[in-house]
Amino acid sequence: MSAPDMIAPGSAATGHGRPARTMGARALIGLAVILTLLIVVAPLVYIFARAFSEGWQVYASNILDPAMLHAIWLTSLVAVIVVPLNIAFGIAAAWAVAKHRFPGRGVLVTMIEIPFSISPIIAGICYLLLYGRQGLLGPWLGEVDLQVMFALPGIVLVTMFVTAPFVAREVLPLMQAQGTAQEEAAVTLGASGWQVFRRVTLPNIRFALLYGAVLCTARAVGEFGGVSVVSGNIRGQTNTLPLHVELLFNDLNAVGAFAAASTLTVIALVALILKAVLEGRRG
Amino acid sequence: MSITIAGMTKRFDRTEVLRGIDLDVADGELVALLGPSGSGKTTLLKIIAGLEWPDAGRLSVAGQDWLQLAARDRRIGFVFQHYALFPHMSVRDNIAFGLTVRPRADRPAKAQIAARADELMAFLQIDHLADRFPAQLSGGQRQRVALGRALAIKPRVLLLDEPFGALDAAIRRDLRRWLRGVHEATGSTTIFVTHDQEEAFELADRVVVMGQGRIEQIGHADQIHDHPATPFVARFMGATVELPVVLASGRAAAPGLDLTALPRRALPDGTARLFARPADIRAMPDPAGVWHVTSLASTGAELRLTATRADGAEAEAQMPRRGAPALTKGAPIALRVEAAAIFPDARRDTATPVLPLPKEIAR
Repeated sequence: MSAPDMIAPGSAATGHGRPARTMGARALIGLAVILTLLIVVAPLVYIFARAFSEGWQVYASNILDPAMLHAIWLTSLVAVIVVPLNIAFGIAAAWAVAKHRFPGRGVLVTMIEIPFSISPIIAGICYLLLYGRQGLLGPWLGEVDLQVMFALPGIVLVTMFVTAPFVAREVLPLMQAQGTAQEEAAVTLGASGWQVFRRVTLPNIRFALLYGAVLCTARAVGEFGGVSVVSGNIRGQTNTLPLHVELLFNDLNAVGAFAAASTLTVIALVALILKAVLEGRRG
Repeated sequence: MSITIAGMTKRFDRTEVLRGIDLDVADGELVALLGPSGSGKTTLLKIIAGLEWPDAGRLSVAGQDWLQLAARDRRIGFVFQHYALFPHMSVRDNIAFGLTVRPRADRPAKAQIAARADELMAFLQIDHLADRFPAQLSGGQRQRVALGRALAIKPRVLLLDEPFGALDAAIRRDLRRWLRGVHEATGSTTIFVTHDQEEAFELADRVVVMGQGRIEQIGHADQIHDHPATPFVARFMGATVELPVVLASGRAAAPGLDLTALPRRALPDGTARLFARPADIRAMPDPAGVWHVTSLASTGAELRLTATRADGAEAEAQMPRRGAPALTKGAPIALRVEAAAIFPDARRDTATPVLPLPKEIAR
């Protein structure tokens, strides 16, 4: 781990090598390393250590448990539904805000950010009060026989709300920085609205878009609070992976809980690597 | 294609950007819109392109009402100030873009598109750059690619926004000559926007001077230089010395100023303002002079001097250092004006707003 150089720039280039660090600098660097180990690395290692504590076979049987497989499947399904929808929403919102002037534009920018400032549990409760059987729209939903709460639609709704800003937030600043000259050029050259978007706007934001999609996926897969309110935790039916971790833990099946957590961790690590790769290529 | 603009107005929020523009451009003409920033010239260009819409007025091209036509259907070539090249496409793809987005029915075959792009790149002398990307090009090369991209669709009108603004002086002069050549070869009606007088006068058949959303004067270099139509044009053309004079029988007079070199003018008697370039003012030592030298600076070739009069009036003079009379700071002098424009003081009710001198023309 390389530590930031706290001595004035240029001092390293004097030919006498790097000047000795002061005690203060050493102490700060040491503190940072210790905190990182305690807060980030240790739990990560511990998850895998516990997951494999009773050997490969126990781990495998835990992973292949039907309830676990269903949780993995449900979590993936939610991500597969939510991420494309959020990509579409994110692009549309960023495009509208960055390339056009209209009344209410400022309000829209604020709206995009609302999910960042609202606790997911509150979102879950709002949906429950709105779409639950005793909720505002409950009677009507009952009539058309559509179950939103304690079912897939509710989980998707909450996850979508929580992850809504991710793509827009990544794409918007880039679109604003690029301005509208390229789009105007394309229009004067005879391109239609779709052609302008497809051939000029989209290629310009492709890395930011992927980056946002990765963040969005990671968040969608890991969402716990909001989903726990609306899903009802029905094992093998509405239990997503994060909820399953808690369930197994409460069942005192620590190895199972850590096995589930390890799959989530792997997903998170893959997302992190993708994010790092994309970060280098962004812009 | 001839262009006719009549009674065009445009406002952004509460700012009037265009206040009634009337302009005719003949087929094949090369016209410059010249003015300081904020004069509305770029807005006018964008309206012609269909990227902005006027609040009122007419725009017709070759008899066709273009305000009924979307930008993509006007078939114009627009070269943006910062080129707006597509960064993810090669030079070849940039140039071919306008042909590849045509509706399938009248889109040329792939081979034809490639041939047209090759032909243009050869014409613009950028064929060796075909596979490069915009980020790998110099400013002058980008400028050529932008022009190539605009020309690829065989535009009916070519519009250029500050085409040389982002280039350094030497490349600018080269490209200017070269653009004139391109214009003569393609024969397309061309309008370009600039704030650089030299550029406008050297390149254009006719120069349209704009200020504060109005056309102040239309003409050739000599006309605009020698006979500015308004105080705005006079200031913009470098007549930075502005002095009150009194007109009597067509002759101007002011204390301490020798104005005998100026011809008589058909102007009403009364107060007026005189606009002169520092280079048209001579300073001579005069023990009885009412002007006093307040500063004196030499650029080697030229001597620059400022003088003030007891009533606070200030004048600048600029003369070759060799052969200049011996002048010292604080010395009394007389000033002789060799050439100037004179505008009678307008009555209050018809007065045009007096504009502060834009910085960029104080050259």
